[in-house]
Amino acid sequence: MTEITKELVRDHGLSDDEYDLVVKHMGRTPNITELGIFSVMWSEHCSYKSSRVWLKKLPTSGPQVIQGPGENAGIVDIGDGDAAVFKMESHNHPSFIEPYQGAATGVGGIMRDVFTMGARPVANLNALRFGAPDHPKTRYLVGGVVSGIGGYGNCMGVPTVGGEVNFHPGYNGNILVNAMTVGVAKADRIFYSAAAGVGNPVVYVGSKTGRDGIHGATMASAEFDDQSEEKRPTVQVGDPFTEKLLLEACLELMSGDAIVAIQDMGAAGLTSSSVEMASKGQVGIELDLDQVPTRETGMTPYEMMLSESQERMLMVLKPGSEERAADIFRKWELDFAIIGQITDTNRLVLRHGGAVVADMPLHPLTEQAPSYKRPWVATEAAEDIGDLSYPDTSAFDAVLLRLLACPDLASRRWIWEQYDHSVMANTIQKPGGDAAIVRVGDSAKALAMTTDVTPRYCKADPFEGGKQAVAEAWRNLTAVGATPLAITDCLNFGNPERPEIMGQFAGCIEGMAAACEALNFPVVSGNVSLYNETNGEAIPPTPAVGGVGVLKDLRKSVTLALKQTGSTLYVIGEATGHLGQSLFLREILGSEAGPPPPVALDVEKQNGDFVRKAIGEGLVLACHDVSDGGLIVALAEMAMAGGIGVEITSPPQGPALWHTLFGEDQGRYIIEIETHKRDAFEKRALDAGVSASQIGLTGGNRLDLPGIAAIPIEKMRAANEDWLPGYMAS
Amino acid sequence: MRSAVVVFPASNCDQDVARALEKVTGTAPHMVWHADSALPEVDLIVLPGGFSYGDYLRCGAMAAKTAIMADVVRRAGAGTHVLGICNGFQILLETGLLPGAMLPNANVHFVCRDVHLKTERTDTVFTRHYENDALLRIPVAHHEGNYFASDQVLDDLEGSGQIVFRYADENADITEDANPNGARRNIAGLINGRGNVLGMMPHPERAVDDAHGGIDGLPLFRSLLDALS
Repeated sequence: MTEITKELVRDHGLSDDEYDLVVKHMGRTPNITELGIFSVMWSEHCSYKSSRVWLKKLPTSGPQVIQGPGENAGIVDIGDGDAAVFKMESHNHPSFIEPYQGAATGVGGIMRDVFTMGARPVANLNALRFGAPDHPKTRYLVGGVVSGIGGYGNCMGVPTVGGEVNFHPGYNGNILVNAMTVGVAKADRIFYSAAAGVGNPVVYVGSKTGRDGIHGATMASAEFDDQSEEKRPTVQVGDPFTEKLLLEACLELMSGDAIVAIQDMGAAGLTSSSVEMASKGQVGIELDLDQVPTRETGMTPYEMMLSESQERMLMVLKPGSEERAADIFRKWELDFAIIGQITDTNRLVLRHGGAVVADMPLHPLTEQAPSYKRPWVATEAAEDIGDLSYPDTSAFDAVLLRLLACPDLASRRWIWEQYDHSVMANTIQKPGGDAAIVRVGDSAKALAMTTDVTPRYCKADPFEGGKQAVAEAWRNLTAVGATPLAITDCLNFGNPERPEIMGQFAGCIEGMAAACEALNFPVVSGNVSLYNETNGEAIPPTPAVGGVGVLKDLRKSVTLALKQTGSTLYVIGEATGHLGQSLFLREILGSEAGPPPPVALDVEKQNGDFVRKAIGEGLVLACHDVSDGGLIVALAEMAMAGGIGVEITSPPQGPALWHTLFGEDQGRYIIEIETHKRDAFEKRALDAGVSASQIGLTGGNRLDLPGIAAIPIEKMRAANEDWLPGYMAS
Repeated sequence: MRSAVVVFPASNCDQDVARALEKVTGTAPHMVWHADSALPEVDLIVLPGGFSYGDYLRCGAMAAKTAIMADVVRRAGAGTHVLGICNGFQILLETGLLPGAMLPNANVHFVCRDVHLKTERTDTVFTRHYENDALLRIPVAHHEGNYFASDQVLDDLEGSGQIVFRYADENADITEDANPNGARRNIAGLINGRGNVLGMMPHPERAVDDAHGGIDGLPLFRSLLDALS
């Protein structure tokens, strides 16, 4: 019998106070299995103990919401009896230690969250952050993560259709791998995780349990230090082939009525799935661990309960349906084992070798888990950008080419060509646009989806940065013509025990909440990843937002590619030429100073609603939101995508040139309108109270600023396309 | 035209090709599970794309040894038409229904992109609805599409006109830059000598609808409907 020492308790990530609470809840000293179960359930990763009080501030409801946070994934109504089921989740810590498997199992885990609910996954996205390109590990991590995401998603036959990537020294010690899956289900055929029915069988399906990933959740709840490499054995190994079988087997079983409740075994494996299912259902659960299919002999109850072996599910079945269910899993050559039953005790009881090896109350593991209102200090306001020494106007083309080739703006083609983005034959807009579009089955309806956050804005001003992350997702969905519905989030921050980190968290949440409220864009699911720090250095605050919208008629969507010569280009939205935190400032002038551009949420909504309506009425040939790099980069991207040039009418002179063209003021779009519709369009904008100003005409094969520069599209493409493949090959 | 799609564990383009077949022929194909030992009576057998048995071994190697494939080989020998797409093409190579082998892509990365294909045979059952020398745009998505065969075999294939599709650039020139995977002589699709078994790496089922951004896959299915009905 292992003795429970103070050291053992600390090794399990529990504080002395927390351990005292454990003893109080148990009414005795826990044994090692019980200690292990408390430790994972009370880990930051599973318990959200530092974030719970703040997460309550996020709006989570709306007429479109079928299921908000708290289930395996969020669900929104997309009409015609269909529902979109989606969630984003982090796999940061494992991906830094073992990039291929860390990223692969991140993708596998998030897909399970979605098909657990009865939805077929129809699209994957991701949000990735790496360290500086010149950091010695970056190239290896980019290569491994991209292969891992592709390796898993491609085999599953679920297209990876979108995402975002940033590079910054702030991620040198902790990369971020956030994976998102969107699925589609019938709104009346959704499966939930709350267990019910005393005496009902508890069934284990999928892969066998091995000794991999033990303590993964605990690892993801601690900082890194120089010995983090030694944590490699806590990283799980993915098997997408088995997951594909598990997907098909689950969906086959779900077409009948055998399932009472189902949950995937993700972080904390058998522990979190059994505990959460029973706790949610206000019942108890008894498991006979001798029945758990294992990959190795001699596994202890502790190891079985804490293993994070992948591709496993736990279900509660209706009595009498066991044989039918077993037949389906046999057909797919997967393990199927009845490992326990539902009780009415509100306790978790584990048996092994005929003896009771754990007997513990459920609620202390879940709703009564510790929750902290950690001390926080607000982030200090950023200093002004000060006086700038602008480049010479004659260097304009060099400046633009440098920006188009900078790591944060360079084309991501090298990445997304390694993802199968067209399998399922429903990808309408592939990666590279503002939002991806995926058709729903054979219907005329489609889902639009995007992932967004601008960490440098969040770092300079968490409140504005949080607002901007939500607003940009909303804007990207709008820019393809979709009606934004809801978001999932993945909140990546440093050590919450430090007040300044908690201040970043609080600020971002408040900002996100304000934007969600103003834009009617609630949060339906999400995940928090804290302790993204190495040796005391935290990542920039990175609340990644995954937005989902719907298009009733996919033929009415638009892309950012310019469509024809002789059209008029308009900028929707006003600007002050805000250069604080802009890429121009960072990449060209070498400064990361200033406050980020503020988001005026009422203007944001007004501009977006105007643009969406114009797209829906077929008035808009092309549309692109203005974000990183400002107006000129947006125009260059539209020209490169369409292979059609732009002439900018009367470009500004002097400092205004840089402020106007490179400023990152928010709430803006560029749209292409047929020139003969100009008057009608301007009247519309006037009537709607929206600022719409002509910026130029389409035509030729250059980005032309008369008197300043004329940059051939081919030259811009070369700069934009060559950086990433060149970097990865070097 | 009666058709069947063989579904291996982790086939993942089976539904896509079934939809394309139904769209063009008006009839849904039989979906035949890999553990079945025999196929129904059909005019066309499709081996779809995906990762049969996980492809942890050489792609298609496991599938090639199944009972259902023994029946496919038998049917092909009796003249039934067989179309292998992507993983299906790899399986056809592994069973020996077509000559050669697949290597990992020359750059060792998975590649998913639209490619241009030059159609070199328009007199086959699979391609009669294409114009001579037609330039098609159809997506590829694979990790092992680097077709390999000896010079002798390649010369024979060329001599007997068995190369149906080659990777080309937008001007229909067969160039190294246009080759997404390093396939010898830019081979993207092959037919057997008898003309009833076609293997191709590109996915015609992903180009049958305006919403796909191109419909260059449609004539392939229309050719089959026309020839086999």
